[in-house]
Parts: sequence; structure tokens; C-alpha cells
Amino acid sequence: MIEVQNLSKCFQNGNECIWAIKNVSFHVNRGEIFGIIGLSGAGKSTLIRCLNRLEEPTEGKIIIDGVDMTALDKRELRSKRKEIAMIFQHFNLLSQKTAYENIALPLELTGLSKKEIDLRVNELLEYVGLKDKKNAYPSQLSGGQKQRVAIARALANNPKILLSDEATSALDPKTTKSILELLKRIRDELGLTIVMITHQIEVVKDICDRVAIMENGEIVEISTVEELFRRPKSKTAKAFISSLKSNVQEEFIISEEFKGKVVRLSFWGDNAKKPIVSQVIKKFNIDVNILSGNISQLMSTSAGHLIVELEGEDEKVQAAIDYLRSRDIEVEVI
Amino acid sequence: MLELILPSLFQTVYMVFFSTVFSLLLGFPMGVLLVITEKGGIWEKPTLYRILDSIINILRSFPFLILMVLLFPLSRLIVGKTIGTTATIVPLSIAAAPFVARVIETSLKEVDKGVIEFGQSIGATVPQIIFKILIPEAMPSLIMGVTLTIVNIIGYSAMAGAIGGGGLGDLAIRYGLYRFQTDVMVVSVFVIVLLVQGVQFLGNKLASKINKK
Repeated sequence: MIEVQNLSKCFQNGNECIWAIKNVSFHVNRGEIFGIIGLSGAGKSTLIRCLNRLEEPTEGKIIIDGVDMTALDKRELRSKRKEIAMIFQHFNLLSQKTAYENIALPLELTGLSKKEIDLRVNELLEYVGLKDKKNAYPSQLSGGQKQRVAIARALANNPKILLSDEATSALDPKTTKSILELLKRIRDELGLTIVMITHQIEVVKDICDRVAIMENGEIVEISTVEELFRRPKSKTAKAFISSLKSNVQEEFIISEEFKGKVVRLSFWGDNAKKPIVSQVIKKFNIDVNILSGNISQLMSTSAGHLIVELEGEDEKVQAAIDYLRSRDIEVEVI
Repeated sequence: MLELILPSLFQTVYMVFFSTVFSLLLGFPMGVLLVITEKGGIWEKPTLYRILDSIINILRSFPFLILMVLLFPLSRLIVGKTIGTTATIVPLSIAAAPFVARVIETSLKEVDKGVIEFGQSIGATVPQIIFKILIPEAMPSLIMGVTLTIVNIIGYSAMAGAIGGGGLGDLAIRYGLYRFQTDVMVVSVFVIVLLVQGVQFLGNKLASKINKK
């Protein structure tokens, strides 16, 4: 669906070139929710704005549905953009127009009749659950409602792709959840491909299928969300994951202070639901002392992280570790 | 007194009304052009911007009375004479146009960059962005700008009175200053003050009424 090849973007500062994006390549499958996560200043916003050429790429190619975006002239680009909707962190609603008028705007521009517009706008208002806010102005709406209007407006022309530029960053956690659910529904029911950038790992965890990690303008890691939680490779990914982990900071667990062996167990999927710890205790006759842990619900699966102290004879402890590994559990001795 | 004031008031209103209309017709497109052609605008044309910017600055630096005299030939060409209320509309409109351009430019620049970006993201053309997004979003501010323009033109029109423009300014100078009829001068100035107050009041009211922000 979307193929990005060796994309680079430089911002000219006098004679100097500041590379906001450096040689980035990735692809997004049809119907996928693809996340791009990074700290602020990582270049993710520039990257997503390159996809619809709100920002002109300096080098590289962007191929959407077989069409090379970088080769389009202005007219072709405008018509292609109707297939690529975008939602924004600050909603970007027209303050002088009602929810209805905001949603109607993209339809007016494509030259639909008043009747067709009315039909479509009402349908969209219904879809995002804002039928009763039809005549409200943005200043009369909450953040979540504003983003719903913006999403309805983005869907107006039946786009194939939705670009989400930090769409939940200005919202509280509860509203964020409900907006994410709406986005997921849009993908499931309308079959849109969604590319979303965010600095919130919760967003990735809740709705993304695959995720790219950005650091200093480069993509340092691309993987499924499950894989990311299982084996984060890059420093940024690890930092994001650990921000989600238990409240007990790992740094505070000093393994020398414990008699037994301190290990971190990472498990996911069905394993997270099995009584593995008690099995280990029974089977190997060792003591397991839980120091910290949590289980996060990912979109398709759950992932757990547990830090435990294994106490007992060395061979038994080692056998327990081997057993855990054989059961597809990541064991890391701390 | 009323026989003196009423015709002059009518002349002033007539002059101000048409000068406002014509200065808007001239200045509004210039203001829009300034905003869209500047660096980072939606229709970037740096050279055009620089030329327009300089023309506006030059026109605005002219003292109004001198500009009016310089534009006498143009008045003669358009209205056939250089003295009188109708003839004054020509220099008034031209003098106010660059002012209007700046006022419109300032108003349009206040529009949130995000909504313009939204327009671009849905594939809107430059005229669509101007007429469907930029101008509607700036409307309350534009109304304040037009109010400012009218008040300014009332001031200019009073000055135009000094060189045969007619209106309340003319009355105040001819009767008040030259014939020492202080009462006529006081009343003329008072009416001008009322006019300015009224326009400003209505402008503020209208702008805040339509503003949904």
C-alpha cells in the first residue's frame, strides 16, 4: 500500500543542511495500523508530512498504491491527496464553522450537491457519535469531540489512507482510548490503512499492528508490536517499553542483595495466562519470590514481565530456567 | 446651523462610503496577495511579494494632502474635475488602499496555520483555500479591519476638505477657521466624533457577534 524508499529530508539553514530524516525505508500493508513512535524531535512529524508531501522530501521515493508521490505535479498531487486524509494533534477545525460545516467542507470542494452533502455529513456525524453536536462550534466541544469531528471530516471523501499526526497527544487518557477505538473501528469496518505517529507507547500497544521506532531522523527498528514488547532491540524501544512496565523500577532491584538468582521473565500470548510459576515451583522444588511484575494487554495478545528470585540448589534453578526457556519464555539473568 | 451641517454630513457619508468600497476593492486583493505570496505562503512568489510590499510602503509614506494633489490629474480623468466631493473619492480610495492591504494582510495572518495545512491536506486549490478557509476564518478580524479603515477614511475626508473636498472637514475649516464661527467648527467636529464613535461601535458589535471562537 505504502512503500517508502530511502527517504531523506533536509531543512536548509543558510548554507547548512539539517537532516530531519535520514535514509528511511519502510512499507505499510493494506488495512494495517502502522505506528511510528519516537521522542519529540526524532523527525516523525516531518516523516508523516512527507507522505502526503505537506513537506517536500529531499531524496527518496514514496509509492502509494503504485503511484510515485514524489513524481506528481501539483494538480495530480491535489487529486491524490483526496485519497489520503489526515488528522492532527490540534484538530485544525475551522473555528468559525459548526461541526456540520466543518465536515461538509471537503465535500463542497469536490463539488457535491447540497443534498448529497447533507446525506453524507449526517451519516458521518452518526458514525462518530456526534449527531447531537451537529450545530455546535468547535469552541463548544471537548477535545475528544473535536477530534471526532476532525475524523469525520477526514473520512468525508472516502479516503484509502488515514495519516494521524499525534492525534491523541492533546487528549486525556480516557478520551485517548475512545479515539483509538474509533480509529480501530474505521480500519476494521471501512478498511482504511492507518499510519500514526505518536510519542505514547500506550497508543502503539492498544491499536498498532506493526511499529517503527525513530531516533534522530532514522528508523532504528521495525517490528510487530508483539515482537517489540517481547524483544525490544533499540535503546528508545527499551525505554518506551520499560515506561510501561511495573511501577517498581528495575534499577532498584540489585541482584547482589538477594540470595537466589534474580531473573526477568518475559512472556506473551497464551503463556501469560498459564500458571507457569506455580508449575516451576512444583516441578523443581525451588522457591520463587516475585519482586515485580506486570501484564500489559496488547492489541492481539498480552505480554507479561516478571522479575523473580529463584532460590534453591543451583542445578535445580538452572533446570527451572531451561524449562522456562523450553516453554517459550524469555529468561534474562539480572 | 442645521442647513449647514446636514448637506456636509451627507457629503462626508457619501465620500466615506464610496472611498471605503473602492479602497477595499483595490486593497483587499493586495492584502490577500501579500499573504499568499510571502515566504511560506500557499502561493509562494518572493519577487511579486517584494514588489507589492515596496509599492504599498511607498504609497503609505506619502503625506495624504500631497498624494491628493498628485492625483488631481487622475481625478480629472475619471470624474472630469478635481474639486468637489465626487472628485475627492479618487485620491481617498487610492490613499486608503495600501492601508487596507496592510489591515487585510494582518487579519489573514492571524488565521491558524493548522487550518490552512488541513486545506492543503485535502487537496484544496489556492483559490479554495483563500475563499473557503482563509477569509471565513478571518472574518471577525476582517470586520475590525474594515471598521478601522472607515474611521481612517473619515479622518482623511476631513483633511480633504482643506483642498476643496467638501464635507464636514471642509465646513469646519471654512466657517470655523476662516470666518471665526467657532460654533460651526465645534458642531462639525462633534458630528465627526459621533460618526467615528458610531462606526467603531457597530464594527465591534458585529465582529463579536459573528465570532464563534
